[in-house]
Amino acid sequence: MSASATSPIHPAAATRPSAPPETGVSPWRDAWHRLRRNHLAVFGGTVLLTLSVLCVIGPWFSPYGYEQTDLYNTFSPPSFSHWLGTDQLGRDLLTRLLFGGRISLMVGLVATLVALTIGVVYGAISGYVGGKTDRVLMRIVDILYALPFTIFVILLMVFFGRNLLLLFVAIGAVEWLTMARIVRGQIMSIKRMDYIEAARSLGLGTPRIIFRHMIPNILGPIIVYTTLTIPGVMLLEAFLSFLGLGVQPPMSSWGVLIKDGAERMEEYPWMLIFPGTIFSLTLFSLNFLGDGLRDALDVRAAKD
Amino acid sequence: MFRFIARRLLETIPVLFIIVTATFFMVRFVPGGPFDSEKATTPEIRANLEAYYGLNLPLHQQYLNYLKAVVLHGDLGRSTKYASRTVNEIIADKLPASLQLGSLALLIALVLGLTAGVVAAVNRNTKLDYFTSTFAMVGICVPTFVLGPVLVLLFAIHLGWFSASGWYEWQDRILPSLTLGIVYAASIARLTRGGMLEVLHQDYIRTARAKGASEARIIFRHALRGGLLPVVSFLGPAIAGILTGSFVIETIFQIPGLGREFVNSAFNRDYTLVLGTVILYAVLIISLNLVVDVVQVWLNPKLKFE
Repeated sequence: MSASATSPIHPAAATRPSAPPETGVSPWRDAWHRLRRNHLAVFGGTVLLTLSVLCVIGPWFSPYGYEQTDLYNTFSPPSFSHWLGTDQLGRDLLTRLLFGGRISLMVGLVATLVALTIGVVYGAISGYVGGKTDRVLMRIVDILYALPFTIFVILLMVFFGRNLLLLFVAIGAVEWLTMARIVRGQIMSIKRMDYIEAARSLGLGTPRIIFRHMIPNILGPIIVYTTLTIPGVMLLEAFLSFLGLGVQPPMSSWGVLIKDGAERMEEYPWMLIFPGTIFSLTLFSLNFLGDGLRDALDVRAAKD
Repeated sequence: MFRFIARRLLETIPVLFIIVTATFFMVRFVPGGPFDSEKATTPEIRANLEAYYGLNLPLHQQYLNYLKAVVLHGDLGRSTKYASRTVNEIIADKLPASLQLGSLALLIALVLGLTAGVVAAVNRNTKLDYFTSTFAMVGICVPTFVLGPVLVLLFAIHLGWFSASGWYEWQDRILPSLTLGIVYAASIARLTRGGMLEVLHQDYIRTARAKGASEARIIFRHALRGGLLPVVSFLGPAIAGILTGSFVIETIFQIPGLGREFVNSAFNRDYTLVLGTVILYAVLIISLNLVVDVVQVWLNPKLKFE
């Protein structure tokens, strides 16, 4: 709702390139041009790309293993041999930070994918079928919105052991609601369009109409909202890890490192500062990129 | 309006019923029981304990007994961890701290967020606006469990202004409420700014201006009412977030609240305490959501109570 008001320039009036009118510009290309003008979004994208690459390849180049302890070198401050210092077991913090980044980013991606799948299918069915089905399905979403979901995730994690797979599913199962609402709204708005009528009159089945003809046309809002879901998911993972319910030691994730750091920040502040900064920076970048994409693709309703 | 509230209240009943049932059976089908950690329990003691808590009855019987006690007497049973205490007592003991923390945090979030949002919107595209908006973005992206320890490091350890943990004096309450409040203040600021901007160039504001109303009157009397709408609809999720967010805050600042008790009770397999807390949180969140919905319709004449 605030999208149109906060975008610095009205997108429709914005960037017809002043090239000769014969060269057609696809909507995606157009959006790409708009995105590239948004410095904050470009900054966010660059940071994310850099961090991901570092997290994926970094640990291979590190002389230390992420669980390799060195009891003569515990709590050593940042130095030449340990760029970000070491922790209570003498493990190299930089290696653990990069390795933990793999886990955190993976949780962010996979859990979002779970949420995306549930949300899109649910929302598309609700919006396309309409009528009574739609009312019932959306009422369920309304009711689920009001539930203390975090509490259930905590219970799940405590009770059924803390494995990564469960973490993905539990987080994904919580975060699909808004996606379902957005997809439903979008589907309803294009349902009566001629090309959909045409597809129906050709005798195509409902799944084919939804997934071949409708979803590709509402990809914009889906992409935007996906980008905005990832930070929420990563936050939930870190929240669980902080309570001791997420990723288990000696594995590392940003949440685990922040928890370790918070416990010892008085004497060894670097243990909190580095993971805290990297994590916040990632959330920052994702939010900027999401906002930028929303303006670039001119998606209005994606944030409510 | 009364019909709207009555219908929503009626809808709450099946929802709560589902929550209670789901939690009850989830807790029971989980590996491990409340008396596992007890050192060297003989089978006899164990049998006695189970008889005391009614855990020897068939599961459906236990379930019916539990429902009956909760619905008829509001009795949430005895804690399986603290044998001498009932769940009602524990909740009565721990809830006040959590509620205090939550309401202080909400107050901070509203005061800070609304002020920042209105200031930013009124001074749109000035330095003040950019400064506030950037600050809000930082507030959204720095999670409570990073912000909390950093604030402690700064204000408790280095400056010594407030205390780092505990829950006795007023100094103990500042940092936890601030930590929890800032995150939501940031979101509220963004929403207020957006909402105000949308409203500020509508016709009725121009009319008010043409009639010579003062700028302050226009902002607070005319614009704020419409500009607040997105904030109000955010309050539902915000309240739920603040309630559960206090789990982390209570852990960081060692506050004897219900959130910490809940996480511990899950670890201890304290069936009755887990169930009791879940029910309480569900009731709290659902009723606060209802209040939010009513306020929303009251603020926005376009919506009708249906």
